[in-house]
Amino acid sequence: MSVPLTLLGLLDREPSHGYELKRDYDVYFGRGKPLPFGQVYATLGRLARDGKVVVSEVGPGVGPDRKRYVITDQGATEVETWLAEPVEPEPHLQTVLFAKVVLALMLGRPAEQYLDSQRRAHLRRMRELTELKRTGSLVDALLADHGLFHLEADLRWIELTGARLDTLAKEVRR
Amino acid sequence: MSTHPIVEARDVVLSFGETPALRGADISAAPGEILAVMGPSGSGKSTLLHCLAGILLPASGEIRFDGRRVDTMNETQRSTLRRDRFGFVFQFGQLVPELTAEENVALPLLLGGARRPAALTKARSWFERLGLGGLEHRRSGELSGGQAQRVALARSLVTAPEVLFADEPTGSLDSLTGEQVMDLLVTTAREQGTTVILVTHEPRVAAYADREVIVRDGRVNAYVPEGVGP
Ligand SMILES: Nc1ncnc2c1ncn2[C@@H]1O[C@H](COP(=O)(O)OP(=O)(O)OP(=O)(O)O)[C@@H](O)[C@H]1O
Ligand SMILES: [Mg+2]
Repeated sequence: MSVPLTLLGLLDREPSHGYELKRDYDVYFGRGKPLPFGQVYATLGRLARDGKVVVSEVGPGVGPDRKRYVITDQGATEVETWLAEPVEPEPHLQTVLFAKVVLALMLGRPAEQYLDSQRRAHLRRMRELTELKRTGSLVDALLADHGLFHLEADLRWIELTGARLDTLAKEVRR
Repeated sequence: MSTHPIVEARDVVLSFGETPALRGADISAAPGEILAVMGPSGSGKSTLLHCLAGILLPASGEIRFDGRRVDTMNETQRSTLRRDRFGFVFQFGQLVPELTAEENVALPLLLGGARRPAALTKARSWFERLGLGGLEHRRSGELSGGQAQRVALARSLVTAPEVLFADEPTGSLDSLTGEQVMDLLVTTAREQGTTVILVTHEPRVAAYADREVIVRDGRVNAYVPEGVGP
């Protein structure tokens, strides 16, 4: 899962402090593996260096928590592109898909459209594998089947998530 | 696709009493295309298939086959069209229990006016390639689900229809048998140039098609932004 893009996505909701980003990341995406503060600030530093966020105000006192980060147009474009672009259809991408769906709902973006293009990408890959199976050897067929069953599992998750978007949206939006 | 569609529905609306099943559905398939129709249960897939096949008449909208309006034909014209130009296969084979397997396959030919010996010879030619050799004289009650489904597939293709309407054709089969049925369906359709409208909710079945459309709430590929927008 892409930590920089996920943090950038959270910043696309509203300007935030590092500790707020960490809190929300841990709640929605951490899955029992909290993001270390060090990684949060290192990531924000790189995002700032690359022009994707800027520091809007520096409060009194010392330490990194004084800074409030704001996404730039460049950063927002990057989030948009990432959300809309289907993930490479390989097995075990559930966490990336999951992060995209939750962020899309938080940001009020067309999550259903993103799921639709992901479904298209998956089915395109499944067609290629099916063709390979129909024309290749039994060994090809066995390998293709392995891929097909995993992609099918993703698709089932995509279907179920698609059916639950309204409920999910209520849960992740404040 | 540059060729004109062989099957087409435009803005089709149909309700069962108070229940809206189709709310402005559009779909089209090019000649020889294998089109998968996917979507959640109750979204209107079967209803759309029945409209395209001239079995159900829409309340409004247009259905065309090969450029001709189907929804304005009378019942006789539509049943002739179904018999001579279309093939059908459904989730549960729907073989005629009183007939043998080969008689079931020959049935569409007999209904189309073919003579019995010729029809049976043609029907028999399907059994070997379907892996059904030796089962010609069994009745449907004496066939396994997968065998019965392959017989039903042979029956739907024996007239070399221009369009095959298949509604969950592998729905009652295990994965391996389902694959054999799909492989056969696709191979035969390609050989005969048959257009296939394939309703399925299984991605692995849809992957045999050239293209897929999604039916949602009685519309095709409809994107519903409510509840997602800000
Ligand atoms: N004969 C009928 N009488 C009344 N309502 C019907 C009839 N046939 C279908 N419906 C309703 O029309 C809607 C669409 O049904 P349809 O059978 O087309 O769905 P489907 O997409 O094929 O679903 P499934 O995947 O479960 O087969 C549903 O709400 C269904 O309850
Ligand atoms: Mg149905």
